Amino acid sequence: MTETLKVTLKKRGGLSVIYTEGYINNQGGEEIAKVAYRVLDGGEKKLLLNLEGTKIVNSIGISILIEIIERILEIEGKLGFCCLTKTIAKTFHIMGLAQYADIYDDEASGVAGMTG
Amino acid sequence: MANHALLREVTLTLPMVADMEITASKTATAMAEHMGLGADQTDEVRMAVVEACINSFEHSHAEDSRVYLTFAITGDEQHEKLEITVRDNGRGFKTSEVEEPKIEEKLKAERKRGWGLKIIRGLMDEVDIESDAEGTTITMVKYRRAGRGK
Repeated sequence: MTETLKVTLKKRGGLSVIYTEGYINNQGGEEIAKVAYRVLDGGEKKLLLNLEGTKIVNSIGISILIEIIERILEIEGKLGFCCLTKTIAKTFHIMGLAQYADIYDDEASGVAGMTG
Repeated sequence: MANHALLREVTLTLPMVADMEITASKTATAMAEHMGLGADQTDEVRMAVVEACINSFEHSHAEDSRVYLTFAITGDEQHEKLEITVRDNGRGFKTSEVEEPKIEEKLKAERKRGWGLKIIRGLMDEVDIESDAEGTTITMVKYRRAGRGK
């Protein structure tokens, strides 16, 4: 039994937004990283992760998100998260991710905040 | 003593197989909902259980490759709590030697993992970890806040 994560990429106001649907575990984190690195390799420096379709994450999956943050910091870019459940947002705060990535309530404010 | 009456108990034994923590999280959700925890509290319990299971899967090296969980609702109508124990028969670890992960260090480190216990402590009301060469038991408690379902 393996939970699979669906990852899609769309452009919103010139910003790349990655959408997830399902459980972010190690495989899920790797799937997100693949798409994120493709965007960054294409020269973009900003990325928004919309986690509306994700209701549960684990620390291994989040560790891979930390790798993405590290990579973005190296290129002086910016990573944002939006549409988090309260518990996922709380978990990100517990871990300190909120110091290095912006957290937005919804996608519209995320796109505005990251492109403005 | 009536406050500590055992109202309901569920036990679960899981093989250490990928994503089996989701099965544990479903039982946690059912128990949390049964005692009237709110959606956010239920979510917190669910994620803490996932982390406790993963901790065992990843670090226990238990020969029986099993994790044993107990979900117990105790108390009375006014003061219910959900107590969850996650136990393995692995080789254990010294809790005093577990370093508190820090994001600023993890960002530069090769190994970015090691967050499970910090997350569990941050999400649950009480956490106790007992570990020795015979195994590890993580006991976690979530109290129902005043007003069912809030």
